[in-house]
Amino acid sequence: MNKEQRLKKRHNAEKRFKLYGLTSILLAIFFVIFLLNAIFSKGSGAFLKTTIDVEVNFDADTLELSESPPLEDLENTDYYELAIDSILKVKKVNGLTEEKLLINLFSPDYEYEIRNFLLDNPKALNQTTVLKLTASDDFDQLHKGNYPRELPEERRRINNFQLNLYDELVNEGKVNKIFNSYLFTKGDSRNPELAGIGGALVGSFFTIVITLLLSFPIAIAASVYLEEFAPKNKITDFIEININNLAAVPSIVFGLLGLGILLGTFHLPRSTPLVAGITLALMTLPRIIIPCRASLKAVPPSIREGALAIGASKVQSVTHHVLPLAIPGTLSGTIIGLAQALGETAPLILIGMVAFVVDIPSIPTDPSASLPVQVYLWSEQAERGFVEKTSATIMVLLSFLITLNFIAVYLRQKFERKW
Amino acid sequence: MKNNKIKIKSSNLNVHYGEKQALFDVDLDIYDKEVTALIGPSGCGKSTFIRCINRMNDVIDICKVEGSITIDDEEIIDKNLDVVGLREKIGMVFQKPNPFPKSIYDNISYGPTIHGLAENKTDMDEIVENSLKKAALWNEVKDRLNEAGTGLSGGQQQRLCIARAISVNPQVILMDEPCSALDPIATAKIEELIDELKKSYTIVIVTHSMSQAVRVSQRTGFFHLGKIIEVDTTEKIFKNPGNKMTQDYITGRFG
Ligand SMILES: Nc1ncnc2c1ncn2[C@@H]1O[C@H](COP(=O)(O)OP(=O)(O)OP(=O)(O)O)[C@@H](O)[C@H]1O
Ligand SMILES: [Mg+2]
Repeated sequence: MNKEQRLKKRHNAEKRFKLYGLTSILLAIFFVIFLLNAIFSKGSGAFLKTTIDVEVNFDADTLELSESPPLEDLENTDYYELAIDSILKVKKVNGLTEEKLLINLFSPDYEYEIRNFLLDNPKALNQTTVLKLTASDDFDQLHKGNYPRELPEERRRINNFQLNLYDELVNEGKVNKIFNSYLFTKGDSRNPELAGIGGALVGSFFTIVITLLLSFPIAIAASVYLEEFAPKNKITDFIEININNLAAVPSIVFGLLGLGILLGTFHLPRSTPLVAGITLALMTLPRIIIPCRASLKAVPPSIREGALAIGASKVQSVTHHVLPLAIPGTLSGTIIGLAQALGETAPLILIGMVAFVVDIPSIPTDPSASLPVQVYLWSEQAERGFVEKTSATIMVLLSFLITLNFIAVYLRQKFERKW
Repeated sequence: MKNNKIKIKSSNLNVHYGEKQALFDVDLDIYDKEVTALIGPSGCGKSTFIRCINRMNDVIDICKVEGSITIDDEEIIDKNLDVVGLREKIGMVFQKPNPFPKSIYDNISYGPTIHGLAENKTDMDEIVENSLKKAALWNEVKDRLNEAGTGLSGGQQQRLCIARAISVNPQVILMDEPCSALDPIATAKIEELIDELKKSYTIVIVTHSMSQAVRVSQRTGFFHLGKIIEVDTTEKIFKNPGNKMTQDYITGRFG
């Protein structure tokens, strides 16, 4: 092989190498786009809901109210009659069966929706208002184009009579899609159109706050001790190795720990953000200690010496100089650790956070859902409404994770070492 | 120039790093308000010696110091001694400039703050200004006291570190090769500064430059393999050394 041939071979090898790299990056991008596309196309529908216009006459007599009733009366009076009457006026139907079919166009919450409207707008009493009542899941999906209306009637839950009603309402312009605020304000429900991630959001928030409050200070204290004060001996080495090992322990093991110790021994309340937060804090601890120690190590010894030489005590040299310089690196590590904790499902399943919880928790010891577990729960449901809600929840979760990671990257770049 | 007041006296000083002995029975007197230069080949224990004077070797786990060092007849090799107070009295400037990654002002004000030397902001401003003036840096930085100390040039950073050491009004300043990272112009500035500072402070400087030792010091000590071979006035050491090894070292025959 002469010189020219060798040169050519080398050039070819270089070209091939670049090509491999390019291919793998393109593949990676393709998969990410594929994933995002799948989630977005399925989930975006859940941010809208279908409503049907219903004219409601808030007549004080029908509601058995005085002319200017106190709020209490508004809350306690019965709206069922008014609701049914209003709905039946939407379309002319004959007989009980047809009435029932018409009512089934609506989500069973119509009574509360009417009540809540009046509570929010007490002036509407004795007036007639057009309300947008939530459609039931089947019609919601039908209106979003996800319902197989071409199936033969006996294989559909919606029968031909209802289809006709729906088509007529659409023609009258009474069926609309509006922003689905329920998605963010309501807890879980058996009815997809009424189910929201409000409970999961609050539950995840409580959980993450508890995780942060527990793991961050403990991790900082542990790292500072190990890095700055601990004698360099076998015991310290042993602890260091074990912290690294702990960071690699599968999360479900921490779930077992929470189940056995927090629930079993200490009898903390099951399915609560409190227990979830403690469990995830244990999992997150080593994941914060490792970057925190790395950041402490990265602070040059000359800064410690400078502080000591001017007469700072050991503690002062750490708190005034070393730790502040290590904080940005630690923070970005912490945020990434929290992002992992936020998306963690397995340990939460073990400590019972898979319970069906309708109420939005108001304190961390209330039973609660969390975002990733909500995804898990809804993904097991057959209704189409839950399918899109599952994807929507993933979108919300992903947007939190991406935001957190951006903050971490930002911190890292902004405070890149300046000595 | 006759000065007979001994500021620092080390006797029978032995230092071990683990199994390895770095200093052997070092006896050395350092005189008040003078510059004492320590010279000797690399690894002979010069840094180890001056780090004993402000107990910086405490930081190194494996370092064991035995013997005696007195400052104004007060023993400092003593487990119960408060090193914070000692280091307030004895400032140190390192080989590589190591300003804190903070503003110029904060670099100087840090020492006085932790030692409670300033009652209020006006006092502190005064300390900062005086320290920077003494370190011959004031004119260059007075308009940018809030900028980062790490943004200065190497020579300016080293003078900032000297100002930082001065800020707590020490009696002694230890300098471990303060000019080795600097260019000749910056070096000349620091040497001038040392000459000025010796009026108020006792200075111990480690240097690898014979000419620097001659220029700045009144007394010179020559270390070799952890032992002090010879110590005398600088003039005597460089004109008429009493020891063959000293002679060989200063003429560049080994080292
Ligand atoms: N932290 C340490 N751990 C172990 N041995 C050390 C340590 N510091 C210094 N030594 C050893 O002690 C001896 C003296 O070192 P020292 O740093 O005092 O030398 P030096 O005279 O300052 O040299 P140089 O001119 O190169 O700075 C050397 O043999 C060195 O290997
Ligand atoms: Mg040295």
